[in-house]
Amino acid sequence: MQKIATRLEPWLYSAPVLILIVAIMLVPLALGVSYAFRDIRLLNPFSGAFVGFKHFRELAGDGAFRGALVNTLWWTFSSVILQFLFGLILALLLNRPFKGRALAQALCFLPWAVPSFLSGLDWAWMFNPVVGPIPHWLYALGILSEPSNILSDPETAMWGPIVANVWWGIPFFAITMLAALQAIPKDLYEAAEIDGAGPIERFRSITVPFLAPTMAISILLRTVWIANFADLIIVMTNGGPADRTQIVASYIFTQAFRRLDFGYASAIALVLLVLLLAYSMLIVVLRQTMLTRH
Amino acid sequence: MTRKRIVLTVLHRLAVLAYVAFALFPLFWLLKVSVTPTSLLYTEGIRLWPSQASLEHYRFVLTHSSFPTFFLNSTIVSGATAVIVTIVASLAGYAMSRFVFRGKYWIVGLLLLTQMFPLVMLIAPMFKMLSPLGLTNSLTGLVIVYVAFNVPFATFLMQSFFDGIPKDLEDAAMIDGATRFTAFRQIVLPLTLPGIAATLGFVFTAAWSELLFALMLISGNQATTFPVGLLSFVSKFSVDFGQMMAAGVLALIPACLFFLLIQRYLVQGLTAGAVKG
Repeated sequence: MQKIATRLEPWLYSAPVLILIVAIMLVPLALGVSYAFRDIRLLNPFSGAFVGFKHFRELAGDGAFRGALVNTLWWTFSSVILQFLFGLILALLLNRPFKGRALAQALCFLPWAVPSFLSGLDWAWMFNPVVGPIPHWLYALGILSEPSNILSDPETAMWGPIVANVWWGIPFFAITMLAALQAIPKDLYEAAEIDGAGPIERFRSITVPFLAPTMAISILLRTVWIANFADLIIVMTNGGPADRTQIVASYIFTQAFRRLDFGYASAIALVLLVLLLAYSMLIVVLRQTMLTRH
Repeated sequence: MTRKRIVLTVLHRLAVLAYVAFALFPLFWLLKVSVTPTSLLYTEGIRLWPSQASLEHYRFVLTHSSFPTFFLNSTIVSGATAVIVTIVASLAGYAMSRFVFRGKYWIVGLLLLTQMFPLVMLIAPMFKMLSPLGLTNSLTGLVIVYVAFNVPFATFLMQSFFDGIPKDLEDAAMIDGATRFTAFRQIVLPLTLPGIAATLGFVFTAAWSELLFALMLISGNQATTFPVGLLSFVSKFSVDFGQMMAAGVLALIPACLFFLLIQRYLVQGLTAGAVKG
């Protein structure tokens, strides 16, 4: 009896989460996967028939989809790298005591509290030459030949949502890294200093190993999250100009909401899902090999 | 103090200042546009502060729009979501952190899987599932959906906080006869308060910002949340940017207040944890 109770214990703790995830995410997910092979149009009561791989054949010849794949890579990796680097630097800056640190920290983390689509609107406004300052600054610096809106230039438009995303996402990494930094026992540093280790040596042999697990999991989760994150793009450029900022997630949104074609949208989503799963597998395998080598 | 040290300190402060400026400027701009009278909006577009500030946009938004209702709806939905998620995720996070059991890797895999798939994929099936239950067009429906969406990340977050707390404390309590759940509640949870605060903040903010599902699931004014309200506001009033930004600033207030409260607590908690540890 006692033994069964002990064995059940972890399941009792996990049960609410498991029930929620199965009922509210996995069941609809399975339905969504089935939609990818069916003709589902929301406003058409006669749709619903099984169409096999029709959506996928359509997808193979869809140039906008291929463009969206490339844009997704560009959008995801530049956003994650910039967010992570600036977030880590911010966490390190805030990890040493100074006067007014609490205030500086609160202010630096503030963008995190801004609703994502509101930051999209805000930045779109900032990039607008009529009322925003940025085009005029870029013009004064000689980067732009005239104060124009970079969001309407196909060559530069992607930088708009990326900048907004970096602004909005730095606090996520900074908070996570700072919490991890402050969990490192202080006596480790003192001991290392007594042993004659310089600041770089201390950073390399204490800070980095302690942060590594947090870094790995937050980067992995964030990469996938950002690849799926369409709000900023929808709000700022709606995928334009000429589909140059269209990522796969925003393309799904466009298909689902403009054409109300949930079958085709689900097929695209399924492809995205497979790609993201492949990416995560790759990361997990890499991490395992690195762990076993140590 | 050596010369090198002074230079380093100055560089450190400058870097912090640059971060603060970068973080605040877009919000300052939002505020600035919201107090610029419509007549000056385009002529004084790039001035740092309008020659004449007015609250006309705020007055309009508060008296001639349904914004106060949207505001209340969003507060209810986000608050309920944050509390429920934090309770549920700390239980599961504790299990992930403390127990070694068969099936654990399946649970972790399942949680990761939920982070992988595009949520937009769930919109149509979710609508078809909730509709017969009467949970579309209701705040309860939104809370259920948001809780499920936020639980996986919150669980990982809580797990990482539990991992940072030594096991010896609860082991000692359990040797003294406490059940594991008592040890969890009375010893581990209080030590994890910064983590709980962080989780509450994350989830509240996420729920407050969600747009797509609210758009899909809610169609009447009664249950409209702030993001949907702002978007319909835009189409209804032919994009008056001043009013839009005023509405934006208003909707920013509770999120920021909540965040600042959590934030202060987060700093204290983290420092206390560091001293104790």
